Amino acid sequence: MKSFKAIFEGYDWDSVKTQIAAVTQHDVERALSKEKLDIKDFITLISKAAKPFIEKMAKRSQRITQQRFGKNIQLYAPLYLSNECQNICTYCGFSMDNEIPRRTLSKAEIILEAQAVRKMGFQHVLLVAGEANKTVGTPYFLEAVRQIESIFPQISIEVQPLETEDYRQLHQSKVNAVLVYQETYHKEVYKNYHPKGKKSNFNYRLETPDRVGRSGMHKIGLGVLLGLEDWRVDSFFNALHIDYLQKTYWKTKYSVSFPRLRPAEGVQKPNFHMEDADLLQLICAYRIWNPDLEISLSTREHELFRDNLIHLGITSMSAASKTNPGGYVVEPQSLEQFEISDERPVSIIVDKIRAQGYQPVWKDWHPEYTSEKEKD
Amino acid sequence: MNNNFKIADRTFTSRLFMGTGKFGSGEEMKNAIIASESELVTVALKRIDQETNTDEILVHLRQPHIQLLPNTSGARTASEAVLAAELAREAMETNWLKLEIHPDPRYLMPDPIETLIACEQLAKKGFIILPYIHADPVLCKRLEDVGTAAVMPLGSPIGSNSGLKTIDFLKIIIEQSQVPVIIDAGIGSPSDAAKAMEIGSDAVLVNTAIATSTNPTKAAHAFKIAVQAGRMAYEAGLPAEQLAAKASSPLTAFLTDI
Repeated sequence: MKSFKAIFEGYDWDSVKTQIAAVTQHDVERALSKEKLDIKDFITLISKAAKPFIEKMAKRSQRITQQRFGKNIQLYAPLYLSNECQNICTYCGFSMDNEIPRRTLSKAEIILEAQAVRKMGFQHVLLVAGEANKTVGTPYFLEAVRQIESIFPQISIEVQPLETEDYRQLHQSKVNAVLVYQETYHKEVYKNYHPKGKKSNFNYRLETPDRVGRSGMHKIGLGVLLGLEDWRVDSFFNALHIDYLQKTYWKTKYSVSFPRLRPAEGVQKPNFHMEDADLLQLICAYRIWNPDLEISLSTREHELFRDNLIHLGITSMSAASKTNPGGYVVEPQSLEQFEISDERPVSIIVDKIRAQGYQPVWKDWHPEYTSEKEKD
Repeated sequence: MNNNFKIADRTFTSRLFMGTGKFGSGEEMKNAIIASESELVTVALKRIDQETNTDEILVHLRQPHIQLLPNTSGARTASEAVLAAELAREAMETNWLKLEIHPDPRYLMPDPIETLIACEQLAKKGFIILPYIHADPVLCKRLEDVGTAAVMPLGSPIGSNSGLKTIDFLKIIIEQSQVPVIIDAGIGSPSDAAKAMEIGSDAVLVNTAIATSTNPTKAAHAFKIAVQAGRMAYEAGLPAEQLAAKASSPLTAFLTDI
């Protein structure tokens, strides 16, 4: 079956790295003079040579985003269902080898948490879980969705990779989007970060967006964990992945997120530091290359950065997030997956959005659009 | 001069229709709609929040002189659109509907096959349908046959501000249509809107060009004047464009000497 793996295997990490390093300012000027940019131009825009062009890129990113998405910022909040996990991931607070209390929310607890999130104004919720297939698998997720479908018109999930049939069932049960991050496309070192558990299988994860795409899901979110490996090379592969998916599953929307490594209980420090200016450059590069891509910025990022990014290319933000199961009301003291950086309440975020002349959008989905069986 | 025109049984004075997306705030949208003097405003069902009465969009639109036109943006198939239409009829208390079926989320290209299927079903259910479609003259006639109230062919890709790239096809549609023709999508400037009216379209729908301008209220006003001017020019019967200067001594003058 057709998948991204075949395309991915046509590239190797070091050659891409060399290619990015060889970009000149002249290449950047040429790329920026084009109306439509391709994946090679994306390489140009994420290079060090493009750094002096950041102001020009930001202006273009702003213009394109306003034209395509308007002066709107969509708001969502994560709802952590479980921190049970059978994977060892060296950067994650939920890693199996971390001796933290494990918890999976019951039906009643899911409703309590959901109501708390809804009370803050959110109508788009992102369900998150670690990987514990026996206890927190598709039947559990379907049940969780059933508990909250009357509370939220828009439900996304960010859980372990599943099979196409699982995604089909979730989509029919009104899940709108699936987020799955490769973490790093550096296959040779992937295993060092993921030594144990199902997640250590690089290829199974790599082909997950294909399985989501085949299910007819409305939206797929991709990303890499910024800080693990060279962000420029990883971001190229991530863009290549999106490029392939967009052409293959053309009825699906795509979004990209930028999880920069954050401190968490019992985890190592980032290998590669990424400056704020680098992240801004990366976001603008994505936008200029791909005007239709949804771009999301989470509370991992600090206040000043988030406030200024509102009008520079992003389309959605989380706010007042809790990254622990039960974090909103059920058990606020439990351990988080990572420390969030922007802890401000939703009302402040909404004010910041409005202050920039943007409209906070709570609802932009109707669950009935996902009620139909996808025709194969 | 009677500038009014009708869609179904409703008479419109303004030929400028508006969209409600992409504005920086509900207030900004409201002011732009007032300045446009538009009487038909489309709003996406997926953006409507029925539960809380704080909806930033609807609260500004529920006025007697404004015909709400719910749209099915987000639907990928005929059956999704039909279901959405029924929900929209209930939520917005109107049987008017802008039928939008675009399976492609990037360029929002309308699916002609699904649109025709949905239009046929919805017409039987009593909807007043305005379908968003390609500038395809045959499709427009087919939609007319199954009971559409108007057709809304695109001028160029939605949100592109590229103007009337499809003008040759639009002219054929206008020539053949027995229902109002509203040019939707791609109109990027008041001069595009004026041109659309000059070639004889009954109305235009504008959103991005107004909502994402630096001053949406002023832009809405500019579009209003342009639409009026374009329509007036159409009614005045402009002389056809002349590519070459007229020869001062006719080539066939010799005929009178024979």
